[in-house]
Amino acid sequence: MDEITKVVRDYIIREYVPEGEDQEITEATPLITSGLVDSFSMVSLLRFLEKKYAIHIPDAAATPEAFDTVERIVALVRQFQKAEVGSV
Amino acid sequence: MSFSDSVRHCYQTDLEGIRSTGLFKEERYIHSPQSSDIEVEFPVGSAIRKCISICSNNYLGLSSHPEVIAAAHAGLDARGYGMSSVRFICGTQDIHRELEKRLTEFLGTEDTLLFPSCMDANAGFFEACLNERDVMIADRLVHASIVDGMRLCKAMQDTFKHSDMGHLEEKLKEHQDKRFRLVITDGVFSMDGDTAKLSGIVTLAEKYNAMVFVDDSHATGFIGKTGRGTHEHCGVFGKIDVITTTLGKALGGASGGCVSGRRELVEMCRQRARPYLFSNSVAPVIVAGALKVLELISATTERRDKLEWNARYWRSLLKEAGFDLKEGDTPIVPVMLYDAKLAQGFARDLFDEGVYAVGFFFPVVPKGQARIRTQLSAAHEKHHLDTAIEAFKKVGKKHGILGLGKKDLLAKFAA
Repeated sequence: MDEITKVVRDYIIREYVPEGEDQEITEATPLITSGLVDSFSMVSLLRFLEKKYAIHIPDAAATPEAFDTVERIVALVRQFQKAEVGSV
Repeated sequence: MSFSDSVRHCYQTDLEGIRSTGLFKEERYIHSPQSSDIEVEFPVGSAIRKCISICSNNYLGLSSHPEVIAAAHAGLDARGYGMSSVRFICGTQDIHRELEKRLTEFLGTEDTLLFPSCMDANAGFFEACLNERDVMIADRLVHASIVDGMRLCKAMQDTFKHSDMGHLEEKLKEHQDKRFRLVITDGVFSMDGDTAKLSGIVTLAEKYNAMVFVDDSHATGFIGKTGRGTHEHCGVFGKIDVITTTLGKALGGASGGCVSGRRELVEMCRQRARPYLFSNSVAPVIVAGALKVLELISATTERRDKLEWNARYWRSLLKEAGFDLKEGDTPIVPVMLYDAKLAQGFARDLFDEGVYAVGFFFPVVPKGQARIRTQLSAAHEKHHLDTAIEAFKKVGKKHGILGLGKKDLLAKFAA
């Protein structure tokens, strides 16, 4: 598991999995469509990613679909990391 | 565009999808006034049957109280049926303002504004009072109407884990760069029946310079020693910046809601809240009934005391019978079943036994948290509860769930 995947997965477990529940979160676990993360709570995740990786994810890209699995979130972070580099 | 066959087919497919996932809601027709004993037609077209209702928000038993009905009749005669206008054109009567003053006194706030419903109060408040320089930090289990209201507002949206003061503190620290921070919570959470930690929330709000918003719809009239609400219960009376609440539950149960709180915030709603500006307020007949309700519950705590006794008694009966309950001390007593199909079947069987209760499951509650939500009323007499528990026991036995805890229930119905 690479560093970004680990950071995102750990954040999701810490922030959204209810304490005492041993729910497994894999890279492919549905987060929003399963009801684990609601669209409001997505904002916390968005802010966390933007701060942690010094990127800006525009509203148009921060869709529930793009946030539905760890795998997709990591892809989104990578996409905007590249965009930030490209914009320098 | 006409309502063509293809459009119709599209909606039919969507509705079929709702049906096939077991989420299709059907109304049950009640042929009597709202009370503990009601007459129900369900399914539609079937014979009307008498049953005990244990799922209404008629907490104080005032929905059909003779004095409230008489006051409503008098209000109808004195002020007419409708206003045919929004408040700020020609839709405000003296009694609308009188009710706002009475609510202000009752809730211990600075001012109050009536809305057509608490759903509307929640839909209108945030957009009227906050902007993109602010942040709203809501408990993750707040009512759907708050979620909708927050969506209409340009302020940043964030959440904290349910009743987790440590997590709320983290969020308040994180958002110190914002102009205003607003902590948002229900007073009593409608699905779990637990009470917000308002004392802790107020302490944190003072420490981190935040305002506090409480939807007290499931508390006004009966939570707290004199029924003023969760703020009274938690010892922070007068310290909540905004309370929204409803006339549609304990306070007569007809319709209507309000924003009550700091004078300037209420005034901002009067100027900018769209559900207030663009719809009629509550009808005179409801205002007159609600004034009588406030008079009755301000004169004596008899009804909320009886409700408290009923809730304790009902909880003890369920526990003794071996049901798995959500802990709490409010008149909302959720009987946990965890499995959606079981919850549906259980409610159906209860109805066959003459008890009207409803099963709740995802998306109304989180997945794997299905339940029968029971709600007590001051209109329940001991015999209602003694009869209802026999039905619960019978149905519990039928499904083989008595004495089973969460793990056992999950294991039994996962198979």
